[in-house]
Amino acid sequence: MKRTIYFKNKPVIIGASSIAGPKESEGSIGKFIETTLNDDMYGEETFEKAESKMLFTAIKKATDNAHKKETEIDTIISGDLLNQIIASTFAARNFSSGYLGIYNACATFTEGLTIGATLVDGCYMNNVVCASSSHFSSAERQYRYPLELGCVRPPQSQWTVTGAGACIISTEGSGPKITASTVGRVIDYGVIDANNMGAAMAGAAADTLYTHFVETGLEPDAYDLIISGDLGTLGSRILKDLVWEKGFDIEKQHVDCGELIYNICESEYQGGSGAGCSSVVFCSYIMERLRENKLKKILIMSTGALLSSVSTQQGDSIPGIAHAVSVES
Amino acid sequence: MKTSNDCVNNNYLEYVKSISPKTKQKRSLLRAFWVGGVICLVGQGFRYLFEYGLGMSGDELSSYVSMVMIFLGSFLTGLGVYDRIGKYAGGGSIVPITGFANSVVSPSMEFKTEGYVYGTAAKMFVVAGPIIVFGIASSVLVGILYFIGFRIF
Amino acid sequence: MVLEVLFTLLKVFVVGGAICTIAQLLINYTKITAGKILVIFLLAGVVLQSVGLYQYLVDFAGAGATVPICGFGYLLADGAIKGAKISLFKAVTGGISSAAMGITAAIVFGYIFALIFKSRSKRN
Repeated sequence: MKRTIYFKNKPVIIGASSIAGPKESEGSIGKFIETTLNDDMYGEETFEKAESKMLFTAIKKATDNAHKKETEIDTIISGDLLNQIIASTFAARNFSSGYLGIYNACATFTEGLTIGATLVDGCYMNNVVCASSSHFSSAERQYRYPLELGCVRPPQSQWTVTGAGACIISTEGSGPKITASTVGRVIDYGVIDANNMGAAMAGAAADTLYTHFVETGLEPDAYDLIISGDLGTLGSRILKDLVWEKGFDIEKQHVDCGELIYNICESEYQGGSGAGCSSVVFCSYIMERLRENKLKKILIMSTGALLSSVSTQQGDSIPGIAHAVSVES
Repeated sequence: MKTSNDCVNNNYLEYVKSISPKTKQKRSLLRAFWVGGVICLVGQGFRYLFEYGLGMSGDELSSYVSMVMIFLGSFLTGLGVYDRIGKYAGGGSIVPITGFANSVVSPSMEFKTEGYVYGTAAKMFVVAGPIIVFGIASSVLVGILYFIGFRIF
Repeated sequence: MVLEVLFTLLKVFVVGGAICTIAQLLINYTKITAGKILVIFLLAGVVLQSVGLYQYLVDFAGAGATVPICGFGYLLADGAIKGAKISLFKAVTGGISSAAMGITAAIVFGYIFALIFKSRSKRN
């Protein structure tokens, strides 16, 4: 069994765009985000419509940034956290390109990158968009409680990122190249607490990372940064411990998008989460640094907690997943 | 096929528990205490007002007091203030009757986007429904038991 | 007179606060969700009143005992017991009729405010 793919033709990320709500825009990577919103309703009537519009804007601007026409995009690969991924499908109806809707909870973005890079690397398609989005208010309604309900957030909980990120993968052009990808495995250690998603996902993240190192023969030192998706402060610590147990020390290289996206000191919570978390960070700050050549080789690994409100109600535990994608400038 | 129970890894769960951040016990209890106490004081204030100002008594008095408290809870929820109080006070704002009002109004507001019938009205008791169900069912049980009791003894 | 009122207010504050603190203890130690906490406290009120205990607390602390949700349970049980003295019909309907104002207020105000106001996004 092999879970790592090597891309021989090195698909290029020729353009990217990110959009985020007010809270994210004030965070530590706020100045790298292309479109920042003052109002997370984005002029729409409902949070779901706002999320869809954010995704649409991100895809549109990414296409513009890549100097491509809409008609040159072969397919859009996108996902989000809403039921039946409606934010993605509704955004996709504005485009004439093909559309692949995917879902891996918060790991959707790297799943999209893997599929997109494979399509492009195999020369089946020339230009593919990979995108994902999430919205705090729409996710909160779906997974937790109504916004105005006065309940306490436990200290291990995370905050869903309001934002979307999209990038264009192409056969040719200039930009960072996708070199390899390790497909994750669904792992469940029996975490039941739906507020503690960091702990639920860390096991899957550790497994993917370990598999990546073993199959590629690389050491953590080979990367300038190893970026996990949305493990949060607690989940990151668990990841480092689990990987260290297996003989790899990622202390120096590891950062977490969830930890990065907010000024963590502002609250007692663990940081950001959501499908938009890793895509916003990757399509803003990380892309910028890769283009400037300040980062040469990175591993981005979005992590997802595969729960639904039904499975939580029925008392099931939370399986996790993580896909890792290696990008070189 | 694996079930969720087969997945339980006790070592891992123990480890997670050991490094998870803890709720600040003393602080949260203190906040619940004073906010809960203050909400009850507001209720008592209205009690005095209706008793001495309007000359009410008995069941009428307590009914009007709970009506006013429910009004305040609903109104503060509408203004978007009650969830702030809830975040601060936890149990201190959940348990008073104003918290019940909050749990009725908040889903109702939230699901307004799904229409005035299937959204606002139908989702009204998503959170508070069990309270009505258990409350009425248990009162019927108590009533019948007492009825039988009174007839026998 | 003034002293008496102040003393009553103190009792209201302490008893009301104490009931809420018990709820917070349950939240902290057992991970019970808010909805279940409300049900537990309501049933506690019903049970305590049906054995005749909650009345003492109400007499002692007034709104401190009636404003928390267990006061709602007390009202339901109290109505049912009073009704049971009269007839089976009153025994069954007594609970809900004594709590009628609370339930009606919640539904009517709930619907009105839900029409007026809109859920807002949160910043923290």
